This record gives sequence, structure tokens and C-alpha cells, in this order.
Amino acid sequence: MKFIGNIPDNLRYTKEHEWVKLENDTAIIGITDYAQHALTDIVFVELPEKGKKVEQLKPLCIVESVKSVSDVFAPISGEVAEVNSELSEKPENINQDPYENGWIAKLKVVNNDELNNLMDSENYKKYLEGLKE
Amino acid sequence: MKLIFEISKKGRKAVQFPELDVPEQENLLPQDLLRGELELPEVSEVDIIRHYTALSRRNFGVDNGFYPLGSCTMKYNPKINEDSARLNGFAQLHPYTPENLSQGALQIMYELEQYLMEITGMDQFTLQPAAGSHGELTGMMIVKKYFEGINEKRSKILIPDSAHGTNPASVTLCGFESVEVKSNDKGEIDLEDLKSKLNKDVAAIMLTNPNTLGLFETQILEITKAMHQNGSLVYMDGANLNAMVGITKPGDFGIDILHVNLHKTFSTPHGGGGPGSGPVGVTKELSRFLPRPKIEFIDNKYKINYNMPDSIGRVRAFYGNFGILVRAYTYIRSNGFEGIRAVGENSVLNANYLLSKLKKHYHVPFNRICQHEFILTDKNLSNGVTTNDLAKRLLDFGVHAPTIYFPLIVHGAIMIEPTETESKETLDRFAEIMMKIKEESEKEPETVKAAPLATPVSKLDNVLAARKPVLKFEDKIIIPQ
Repeated sequence: MKFIGNIPDNLRYTKEHEWVKLENDTAIIGITDYAQHALTDIVFVELPEKGKKVEQLKPLCIVESVKSVSDVFAPISGEVAEVNSELSEKPENINQDPYENGWIAKLKVVNNDELNNLMDSENYKKYLEGLKE
Repeated sequence: MKLIFEISKKGRKAVQFPELDVPEQENLLPQDLLRGELELPEVSEVDIIRHYTALSRRNFGVDNGFYPLGSCTMKYNPKINEDSARLNGFAQLHPYTPENLSQGALQIMYELEQYLMEITGMDQFTLQPAAGSHGELTGMMIVKKYFEGINEKRSKILIPDSAHGTNPASVTLCGFESVEVKSNDKGEIDLEDLKSKLNKDVAAIMLTNPNTLGLFETQILEITKAMHQNGSLVYMDGANLNAMVGITKPGDFGIDILHVNLHKTFSTPHGGGGPGSGPVGVTKELSRFLPRPKIEFIDNKYKINYNMPDSIGRVRAFYGNFGILVRAYTYIRSNGFEGIRAVGENSVLNANYLLSKLKKHYHVPFNRICQHEFILTDKNLSNGVTTNDLAKRLLDFGVHAPTIYFPLIVHGAIMIEPTETESKETLDRFAEIMMKIKEESEKEPETVKAAPLATPVSKLDNVLAARKPVLKFEDKIIIPQ
């Protein structure tokens, strides 16, 4: 049985398995339940620097698991306003709670319209079901 | 087993220094630069010998048993290579020995370049790079210099999604941006995806052939043509050259820059046994950019030519890892022309023999004739037994684990490269072990999940080790929780 994981309704998703939640002009981002499960135990997060500017779907930072090292892509363009520094000590928060304690960064967003390029929960679920194992 | 620090006893020594026969000097160094007592282990000679002999007996290398680590070409390192490298004239040679007194060494390097040119079809070589990844960086520097020379600014390098991780790293280190090209369902570069990413900002593609799925890129001629029509260069990672030596030449299918791994294809020691060596070959058009200096043969004499104004400069002190060059030279000479071709043929034959035996039992993501290596997955293993469990269980049978979870595009990948040096008996035994583990996954999955059971240390907590690594000895070891 393929693992699909939890997909909250109120978030938007990328094909690279990041989620984003918009609060006013701040975007909270992280990786999905599916992503943390596929990566297995996360052992290190190279957090982005505050003030770093990133374009939508360009590499933002890096997560490392026992299996591999992967880029995390920015679901939306913006400037890094805050990072979840607790992840330096407890990278396992991403495995245990990818949508709350496991958030990675907050971006100050320029263009809300970019959200339209992303999938909603229903489409992300369909996308995951269609992925080859 | 204890650490060398833990068997230390104050005052014990393994050396005796001769008495000081010159006046002792005080205050040679400023006081603030002096360290206190160094916390080095104090042990007798017999303690040292027993400690490191015990460690070496726990080690596993290609001299101990089968080592099918895919994409690494862990072939046997013939002992004749060691004989040549230990000849006094090579081993005792100082790198500053003048040209007229080191003609033999220069000849070895010159001829090794000629052999590599013949084997790969490239027009010129440098022997300087000290590793495959170092060769990649050298290659990228040549790409950069080439575009500077023709006054074009190009910033992107295409890299297939099956590539070795060092490829994007080398690209980034050299100031380029890597752009991923997808693989198609045959496991090859998707030509349409490649073409859609081509524009005047693309400097080169960095591809591996055979690729890391162990498959020959059958559209290689279309790929190199498309790149050249775009004014871009083609770099080939020669990590998997073993499959094609003596059979086909990268220079003949449009490769502009190539690195070869002497420590893979040409049987010099690999991994901890190193050091490595990653010579880079280029076409005529690019040869003026090669690292300085180059060995030349003029008027019946070997000369070191520093007069290379367009060179990217030195990439390594002196001439590369010379002792390794002697070993690779010996390997090529002892195999000869036909022997080298047999290396390629037998590496492909061995891989396909194993694949044909194992594909009845394991899931094969790309079911076609492979090159020198192939990929299985853990899809057909029962009761939640994973690739990682299988790899650990293999150790119990005295076999080194294959490469696992690489390439990243295959879920649960198990990548097997038997190399040409293994006999049919070894391959048969390995196939039997693999089938037995498959059977265990059905009947006694707990055994496989608990493996390894017969090794000096049991299953390690790799998550804790990565999250809270203990990297140095401090009085006593505190195991993190």
C-alpha cells in the first residue's frame, strides 16, 4: 500500500512536496507528510539565511536524511523573514509533525497570485496517487 | 574493542629517541604560541601492533571477498601494480628531480596519456586531478575558460536526474547553475525534456554513460548533436567507463571533455585504499585550456612544458598522484589491447548473468540488457523488509553490501556491479545468498530486520549517529541518548 499521508485542506502544495500557508503577507512553509515519509529519518536541516530572497520553485534550503540529501524548493517567491531554528537541535520535528512544529521558514511574500500555480489538497492527493512508486 | 586512547598507560613508549647531540635552544617560539602537554596515547610497540592488526582483521575489502558496490567499480587491485609502484626508481623519486634525471617517470606519464587517449578517443589528457570529482571541477573550469575565450556568457549546466551527486556539486563550486534533465521510462535521458531546456544560457551537459542505472544512452549521438547545435559542450563523467573499454570510445560519440577514474576502471586502490586519480581528456579544440604543465616528447626527450598561456592553471601540486599513475600504467600494459577489451566485455557479461538469475526473484525497474551494473528494488521483499535490511543481512554472509538508495530516482534501489574480476562460482554464490534472503523475508523477516548478526558490531543506530555524531575522543565516551 502506498503511503499518502496527511494532507490538510487549508494548505497549497508543490509537485516537489512542499506545503505553504499564507497568513496576510507571510507564507509559512515546510515539507509534506508524504515527503518526510519518503525521506525517512531526517537528521539535519540546513536552514536558509534570514533576508535571503528566493523565487518560486527555486531551491530554498536543504534537508538531509539517513538516505539522501534533498533541496527544499520555495513554494512561493519572497524574502526569508524567520526560520524554525528549533530544527537545528530537533530535525525529527519534521518527521513527527511536518505541518506544525516541523515548519521550516516564513517568507515575506510579494505576489499572492503565485499561489494559483500550486495544487490544493484535493489535487495534491490526486497527484500523489498518480505517482509511480 | 578498546580505543587506542583507552589502552594508553602513562610513560609507555614505542620509540627511543637518540640523545640530543646539539645544544638545546630555549625560547625558539613565542610563549603564547606553545601548547601544553599533548593528550596522545602512550603505548608500547606490541600494543600498537596488536591494536591495529585487530582493527585490520575487522576490515572488509576486495581482498577479503565479493564487493558489488554499484557505480564504484570495486574491482580487484592486481598485486603486480604494487610491484611496479614500489620499484625504487619510482618510489624514491623526488618531484623536483630535473628532467634529464627523471626521463623514465616522464615517459610513464606521457605514455599513460597516450593509452588513455587511445582507449577513450579523446585528443589530449591531463593526469593532474586527484579524484573523479576533482576531474569534474577541472572539466567545468575548462568549460568556463572556453566560453570566456569566445566572449559568451553562459551560466547553466544540464544534469540528468540519475547523475552522481558530485556532478551538481562540481557545477555549483565552479559558479554555474545546474538544471535537471528528466529520465524517460527506459531509464535514459529524455531527449524532448533536454531539448526543451536548451537555450543560449546553457554552457554544457554533464552526463554519465553508461548512466547510473547501468544503461547505455542509446540516443547519445542525438544528444551530443543537439548540444553542439546549441553551441554547448558535452562533459562525460567516466565513472562507468569500465563497461565500454576496448569496445566504444566517448570521443567517437561527440564527447568534448571526459574524466576517467583510474581507481575504478584502471584497478588502482579505491576508497580507504586510495588516493584517487581522475585524469581529464579533451578534444583538440580544448587542449590549450588543460592544466599546466604538460609532459611533451620532443627531439627524443621528455620535457615538462610550462608554456601554456591559455591553461586554466595548476589543479594539483606537481603531476598528480604519481604512484597511482604507475599502477594504472601497469594495469593497461599487463592487459594489453585484447585484455582491455575483455575487461569491458566480461564486466558486462558478469552483470547480465547475475541480472538474469536475480530478476526472477527481485523487482527490476528497467527490464533490459544492462551494461556493467544493474538495479533491483525491494518491491518484492515481504513483511516490510527493506533495501537497508537486505544490505545489512548480506554482511552476515561475508559479502559487502551493494550501493543502496541510489540513484535517487528509483525507490528502494539496490545497485549491483560485480566487475569482470569475479568468477562464475562467486556470482552463483551471491545469487544464492540473495535468493535465501528473499526467502527469509517471507519466512523469518525478524532475522533480516535484526541483521547484521555475525559482524563484530551489531545493527548500528544510523539515525542517532547522524543526528548526534561523536567526532572526537574526550576522556571518556559519552553516548548521546
